[in-house]
Amino acid sequence: MFDFFVSLIPRAVSQGIPLMFGAVGETVTEKSGNLNLGTAGIMYVGGICGVIGAFLYETGVGPENMNGFLAILIPLACCLAGSFLMGLLYCFLTVTLRANQNVTGLAMTTFGVGFGNFFGGSLIKLSGADVASIALSRTSQFFSTKLPFADKLGWFGKVFLNYSFLAYTAVAMAIIASVLIFHTKLGLQLRAVGESPATADAAGINVTRYKYVATCVGAMISGLGGLYYVMDYASGVWTNDAFGDRGWLAIALVIFTIWRPIHSIWASILFGGLYILHIFIPSGTNLAVKEIYKMAPYVVTIIVLIITSLRNKRENQPPASLGLSYFREDR
Amino acid sequence: MNKVPLIHVTRRKDIFWVRAWLVRIIAVALALVVCGVITMMATGLNPIKVYAAMIDGAFGTSRRLWMLLQNIAILLCISIALAPAFRMRFWNLGGDGQALMGALGAAASMILIGDKVPNWLLILIMIVVSICAGALWAGIPAFFKARWNTNETLFTLMMNYVAVQLVAFFVIVWEVPKGAGKIGIINQNSNAGWFPQVGGQKYLLNVIIVSVLTILVFIYMNYTKQGYELSVVGESEPTARYVGIKVRRVIVRTMLLSGALCGVTGLLLVGGTDHTLTTTLVGGRGFTGVMVAWLAKFNPVFMVITSFLIVFLQRGATEITTTFGLNQSFGDIITGIILFFIIGCEFFLNYQIHFRKAHKEVA
Repeated sequence: MFDFFVSLIPRAVSQGIPLMFGAVGETVTEKSGNLNLGTAGIMYVGGICGVIGAFLYETGVGPENMNGFLAILIPLACCLAGSFLMGLLYCFLTVTLRANQNVTGLAMTTFGVGFGNFFGGSLIKLSGADVASIALSRTSQFFSTKLPFADKLGWFGKVFLNYSFLAYTAVAMAIIASVLIFHTKLGLQLRAVGESPATADAAGINVTRYKYVATCVGAMISGLGGLYYVMDYASGVWTNDAFGDRGWLAIALVIFTIWRPIHSIWASILFGGLYILHIFIPSGTNLAVKEIYKMAPYVVTIIVLIITSLRNKRENQPPASLGLSYFREDR
Repeated sequence: MNKVPLIHVTRRKDIFWVRAWLVRIIAVALALVVCGVITMMATGLNPIKVYAAMIDGAFGTSRRLWMLLQNIAILLCISIALAPAFRMRFWNLGGDGQALMGALGAAASMILIGDKVPNWLLILIMIVVSICAGALWAGIPAFFKARWNTNETLFTLMMNYVAVQLVAFFVIVWEVPKGAGKIGIINQNSNAGWFPQVGGQKYLLNVIIVSVLTILVFIYMNYTKQGYELSVVGESEPTARYVGIKVRRVIVRTMLLSGALCGVTGLLLVGGTDHTLTTTLVGGRGFTGVMVAWLAKFNPVFMVITSFLIVFLQRGATEITTTFGLNQSFGDIITGIILFFIIGCEFFLNYQIHFRKAHKEVA
């Protein structure tokens, strides 16, 4: 049983890290009152922008002359820039033009997934590979470098230390976001914007600026999830549609964690475990049953949604103005 | 000194319809220009040539024209299915799953009892089963929303994936041949459960059914008591409760209708055109339908136009991807851009911008 967990947990963690990035980013966004359903698209854009950057660098200088520092910095910067632009687009449409947030988010998902698959497909053609994927193995090596002493510490090393720097960044992000939102003046003002923008506005808080900054920062954090997925989890291999529905699960996780980023650390690892549960449950030759096990994360999300609505505690509610555009002259 | 902001935005009370149309047409035209520029940058092709290829891809042959009509019909069907739910402010993002369940119901009937009952009875059973399956998939989130105010956006969304996995399960159970991982064309030899062809055209029946449904939903939403009740619930739940509307019952009833119509979409896909069952059968139309229904403000004429525009672009993009050797996903980028413009132009319909007038010095 112990060995089972030692083998399960690292895989659950590497599945959970993209979800953690997505959930933390989306929580920061939602705290400003913006329900960004475009997270799925943003994570695709973040991933493919990183891939484009890495591809240009890797083919530009050749895999053997690559500088480790630049190999990480270039994809990282590209990923952040791409997801920042997506966040900016969302803000422009929903905050400045006051469009409906759900519709805008869905359109961003259509666009983002299409963007990822289009450029992914084009790069695959450019690289002239026989298989339908791009392999950036050298860049991935830099990204998935693990702590040097992880192997020497037995099971402890395997469970806690065996991850790349982006994984620890995700955990750090969750903690930082949690502290910022709940223990600083900045966070208090952000929550005020999300709860009641009219009140915040009357108190002299610049609602538009808070919404823009929170959403763009949130989008950038979410985008890192896409980058982690390609560069570390998938070992630098981009395949179209491989990222799947993780963006939607990240949005579900926000409700699961009742808008507290600190909870997303364990919750996303749990969801990561549920995501790969079907690999660990022996089903013999009956492949069909595996498809039923793959329902696990979605069914659990539904059950959690129902339970949180049943308990209906005051402190577990979403930001009061979530999903609504703010127009100062409306009463 | 008084500081006057450069731009002052006020809400419009109403807008003259000619002007509203003008704004929309300008937005679409701008979107097409931007798409053209992006196409040119991505491919280095002359955008006029690209649009010519797109028009050819959509209207070029009578087969392409029928494909276009068929795709519009399916997208429109799912949009009109979602429209009543949205007017009630119920965010049904589960159109994909509900349609997929309808498709599963239809396919199950065709496979399990296809050779045991006469064809007319089989088609009748398919209709009933797929409507019930779609309604069930929408009814579950509606019940919890009505009873405990459970978040319906994510509930319906997760139901999509449960439906996908359920279909994946049955695809393996019914796979032909064993180990193929897919079902293939159902009842290829007997054609049991295939909808009859009307007027010698494979897709005409679907187009007729969807047209009739569109008119019926329009009448339901605008000229019946139930349609009025669901608009009141959407506008203000307290008002609805105050005037004695049973809010819970309206929510569940409207969603059952919405899911049933989504189920019909799945039925049309399996019985009318594809005659097979895959997990990607509905292909995200449930999400596109959300945007069509919302952007058209539930007006069926707008819904037809928006569906046409989106399907035309997707069909056209598919055509240019094959002609010019691009990637299939190009259509999604184009669709996304056009949606951004349509979403953005709503602002100019609802708000008015006043620029600061240059103040003349009073002498």
